[in-house]
Amino acid sequence: MANHLTRADVDRIASLAHLELTDDEAELFTQQLTDILSYAERLQEVDTSEINTDWQMHGSLNRVRSDSPTPSLSKSDVLSNAPDGKPDRNSEVGSFFRVPLVID
Amino acid sequence: MPRETSGSNWTAIELRNAIHSGDVSAAEVCKGYLDRIQDTDVMWNSMTAVFRDEALAQAAAVDRDRRTTKQPLPLLGVPITVKDVLCTRGNSTTAASRILSGFTAPYDATAVSRLKQAGAIVIGKTNCDEFAMGSSTEHSAYGPSKNPWDSTRTPGGSSGGAAAAVAARFAPISIGTDTGGSIRQPAAFCGVVGLKPTYGRVSRYGLLAFASSLDQVGPLTLTVADTALVLTVISGLDSADATSADQPVPDYTSALTGTVDDLRIGVPRKLLDAGDSGLDGEILDAFNCSLEVFREAGATLVDIELPHASHAVPTYYLVAPAEASSNLARYDGIRFGARSTHNEASNESNSPALSLMYNRTRKFGFGPEVKRRIMLGTYALSAGYYDAYYLKAQQVRSLIRRDYDLVLGGNKGGPNVHVIALPTTPTPAFQLGKHSENPLAMYLRDVFTVSANLTGLPAISIPAGFTETRLPIGLQLVGRAFDEKTLLRVGDAYERRTPWNKQNPEDLE
Repeated sequence: MANHLTRADVDRIASLAHLELTDDEAELFTQQLTDILSYAERLQEVDTSEINTDWQMHGSLNRVRSDSPTPSLSKSDVLSNAPDGKPDRNSEVGSFFRVPLVID
Repeated sequence: MPRETSGSNWTAIELRNAIHSGDVSAAEVCKGYLDRIQDTDVMWNSMTAVFRDEALAQAAAVDRDRRTTKQPLPLLGVPITVKDVLCTRGNSTTAASRILSGFTAPYDATAVSRLKQAGAIVIGKTNCDEFAMGSSTEHSAYGPSKNPWDSTRTPGGSSGGAAAAVAARFAPISIGTDTGGSIRQPAAFCGVVGLKPTYGRVSRYGLLAFASSLDQVGPLTLTVADTALVLTVISGLDSADATSADQPVPDYTSALTGTVDDLRIGVPRKLLDAGDSGLDGEILDAFNCSLEVFREAGATLVDIELPHASHAVPTYYLVAPAEASSNLARYDGIRFGARSTHNEASNESNSPALSLMYNRTRKFGFGPEVKRRIMLGTYALSAGYYDAYYLKAQQVRSLIRRDYDLVLGGNKGGPNVHVIALPTTPTPAFQLGKHSENPLAMYLRDVFTVSANLTGLPAISIPAGFTETRLPIGLQLVGRAFDEKTLLRVGDAYERRTPWNKQNPEDLE
């Protein structure tokens, strides 16, 4: 396993995480993430070959509900928090979130 | 009783009774606390918002309606503060992050609405590490909070503002959240009581999620009895949170009998003696004194082993960031909060405008600790590394949980303890800025708190003494799943036999 992260690794992770980093941040994270992951390396010494990984807390199971409509937030409540929301009830196109260009 | 309520050691229960009987008015109580915040929070920076007019109007309504109610609501007229990661309808909810500037919560978190229904008055929101990520409240877009016992030191984190607000007597109750110790560690640093309930005990609806398999909502108070009262109010199944547990909610207050002579208390001595826990001598001394209190009260002390607990910190710092990286993907500048308008393309970028907006919004919206954890979590989940990091951590987590089940459960031949006692933190509150260059050093200090989150078990921190320099020390108790009754009983029994929670920072003057 990679013990040492490279700047290229950090750039790749930032892109996966939709984060733009400054050069200084990328350099700093390269070092800090390397330190943290090296420390976490000690988990490799733990024998987990017999383990059935738990994914539920306290044996709880998925809870289902009936698929029936219930009241939710109003459109204007939802859109009022959007940086570029258009809660225009009278508009022909209705209420919407406006976003920048999606494809070139 | 003195008429001056604010700044005193009035508990929530005392305040409720005095308001109900008419000894004090809810309005004067509320105004007293609000004035105290206004006059003194400049020293602690514990609040991100104060709802003065709204709170005073609600207090006036309590006074108006008081005579018509025979049975007082459990928190009638009691002022509370709420950590700024929980939604409060019509108010800002920022997670101490720039990315949520301008956000107004469209609904109350379930815990908040239950407190309001019980008569509590939300007087403001408390400062915290951004998205609850940190152990010092230094990672807040609103600047660090300070410890009322020593303003050069951290109040802890991430619920540092909450603990400081209780210690500074800004309200007898503060609601926090705990993902790896974020209620218990600041409670220990500020000399107050802090409870992380069992995973699922309290609904997380309306909590801005950090790590969904670990987060839990809980109270910080001056006494264990107040914590029991708050827990009774906020616990229980919630149709809006599928992870809330379908378990009965007892009256936790009635469990506080003051006795522990029928109980077995486990002490993980090897974990404390391990050289790398960084345990401070004064903390260890205070802890050993706490054990004597229990022994004299008739409890049976049992040496226990938790062989995998020493792996809890690296396990936590893979699991929690992984979940955070997923939960924080929703902050993208589209549906809520701030959007970056720095849309000019960089030289090498050939991304469409939408991707550019995402990346820039998150660049300017998130602070360094949140970015660090998103990066760490994204890496731990990414192709080729998932098995080695995230899956491995989940497997070790299962081993840690097995250790706890073995000592706490009713296994034949096991130590069969009712609670486990250990220090809350290895050291008292540290100096602000001490770990700003070395995040790993700060993570390592969570050594005694993260296991309760990885296992989902309830855990409480209770004031247990002071260092020579008058910094508070916390005693931690970890209980069986959904057995907060016993956990609180032990905590209350300790509190009754010790003087620690009767002191406040102003006694220093």
